[in-house]
Amino acid sequence: MAPGQEHVGPGRRNRQKEAHRLFWAALAAPGIIWLALLFIVPFYAILAIAGGQLDLFGVPVAVWNPLHWSSANFSAAWHDVAGSSAFVGPIIGRTLVYVALASLISLLIAYPVAYFVARFAGRRKALFLVLLIAPFWISYMMRMLAWIDLLQANGYVNKALSLLHLISQPVNWLGGLGITVVFGLVYGYIPYLILVLYAGLDRIDPALIEAGRDLGLGRVRTFVHVTLPLSRQAILTGMLITMLPMLGDYFTNQLLSGTSGTTMFGNVIDDQLSSSGGVLQGEGAVFSMLFLLVLVAPMIYYVVATNRSSQGAA
Amino acid sequence: MTTAAKTPAGAGQAPGAATARATMGRLWPRNPWRHPWFLEGFTWLYLIWSLVPVALAVLFSFNNGKSQSVWQGFSWRWYFADPVNSVLHDPNLHAAVVQTIRLSVYVTLITVPLGVAFALGINRWRGYTASAANFLMILSFVIPELIFGVAMFFVFTKLFRPVGLGTLAEVLALVTWNVSWPALIVQARLVTIGRQYEEAAADLGAAPSQVAYRVLWPLLRPAIFASAVLVFSGVIDDFVLVDLLSSNSGNTPMSVYIYSQQRGGNGGPALNALGTIMLVMSFVIAIIGYIGYRFLTRGERGSRVEALTTIVGSEG
Repeated sequence: MAPGQEHVGPGRRNRQKEAHRLFWAALAAPGIIWLALLFIVPFYAILAIAGGQLDLFGVPVAVWNPLHWSSANFSAAWHDVAGSSAFVGPIIGRTLVYVALASLISLLIAYPVAYFVARFAGRRKALFLVLLIAPFWISYMMRMLAWIDLLQANGYVNKALSLLHLISQPVNWLGGLGITVVFGLVYGYIPYLILVLYAGLDRIDPALIEAGRDLGLGRVRTFVHVTLPLSRQAILTGMLITMLPMLGDYFTNQLLSGTSGTTMFGNVIDDQLSSSGGVLQGEGAVFSMLFLLVLVAPMIYYVVATNRSSQGAA
Repeated sequence: MTTAAKTPAGAGQAPGAATARATMGRLWPRNPWRHPWFLEGFTWLYLIWSLVPVALAVLFSFNNGKSQSVWQGFSWRWYFADPVNSVLHDPNLHAAVVQTIRLSVYVTLITVPLGVAFALGINRWRGYTASAANFLMILSFVIPELIFGVAMFFVFTKLFRPVGLGTLAEVLALVTWNVSWPALIVQARLVTIGRQYEEAAADLGAAPSQVAYRVLWPLLRPAIFASAVLVFSGVIDDFVLVDLLSSNSGNTPMSVYIYSQQRGGNGGPALNALGTIMLVMSFVIAIIGYIGYRFLTRGERGSRVEALTTIVGSEG
């Protein structure tokens, strides 16, 4: 209120405040309606399919009323995980091993790189950042395509290894090797990890590191006692942001091996969606739902952690 | 420069340990400003590993032959010279390029206004509904894409049946998936701006709509621009959603086409050409984004580094 408008009573002010609120609510409304229709309803659709029944041809039918949900799809899914002809169980184990290995290797590579660029790049920081960011602007498929070229039987990887006399026969890298898939996952998701670690390390107040130095710590001990504890949050969120998509990845192993020996959990869901006539879609819905349930806790942790750090920065 | 032996921590230790420490200090001089050559070498090795394979793939898209490992001379064969197998003449390759561009344009045009209005409204409205909606938006940012894609697949094939699979489904799904970019970036910018300008305008008698148009819009332009760049390039590179929601070659974008041709075999150099086209499109967008962002934020305190991290969304 401008001074000199003292004749404006509290009633009018309240009405004006109410009108302002309505204006901002109207601005947010399209987005809220959009999210309700195309974010909440779709997840309810997964539930409706998962709890739905099968028609005469075995095709799942969505049941929208929760009171009529059946357990047909759940028992079929359970049968695949732990039944006599279970095939999903080993796939889940393999997925966990691949993702654990890939994220560990990613961290071992990403941390030194992010640490160097955040602390020592100096005036060349912009150059290093451009090079670190470049993979973000290159399609994942193009990056995998590049490695498929290199890993072929007569590709450069085999040529280089036989020149160094490390192998006598060309290795069939794309023939279903687990190590190739793990390597592909590392290559695919490491740029995200590096950027999160960089942001976290860059935010550390240099005065704290100098304080460690002034108190007589060497470079290594400063790192262990000052930098590493201060970057724990960045390590956690960075690992999450790479592990969440890795767990749902179904295309990397298809491109780099394509055999059933390297199938991951994402492939199970993907195959069930595109199964002929859609007969396995009900099971696909069950697996997606269970997958989501397992990931809800880390997802919420991630949201809370990033919220806290952005409020801390503000 | 301080040495370990002179510090209180060192003084409290046994004399033997202190001597050992001093010897080590001589072997490994503790110059705090010494350049970490090992780390720098490691970083360069990583960068070579990360970027050279892609550079080779781009190079072999210009190869005058089918091989992806033996150079047979430069040609535009896989782009337009070959009358059958080039990107220009193969109907499927051609359609993939068109579909990617079409999706990027549609999705950016819908997502950015939707997300910006959402961010403004949520940020000023403040209330239970507002925070619930905001939580939902952030959740859509972290949910694994495969699960979101499955949800979209079911909703368009079982509930909103008229939508079906195809371009419309792809656009609707991509908008929902990307709306958090403008929403998060604009909210972050609103926090940095603070409320002084708005309050000043309101004190001078401006209505909320005038505040939005005359005060917030000019201040938010860099954030809106950055989010448009992110959405556009995000759609070019998106794979999972369009893979699950495309139904025929007419609505298959480049990423899905490369995947479907390459899995389980060798798709040939025309795919390298397609990938190179994607790469060039993304890089052009990135350069426009960087220059545009620097232009819009000229006169503000801010570095090149900040502009770089904003256009990849890491400051969002």
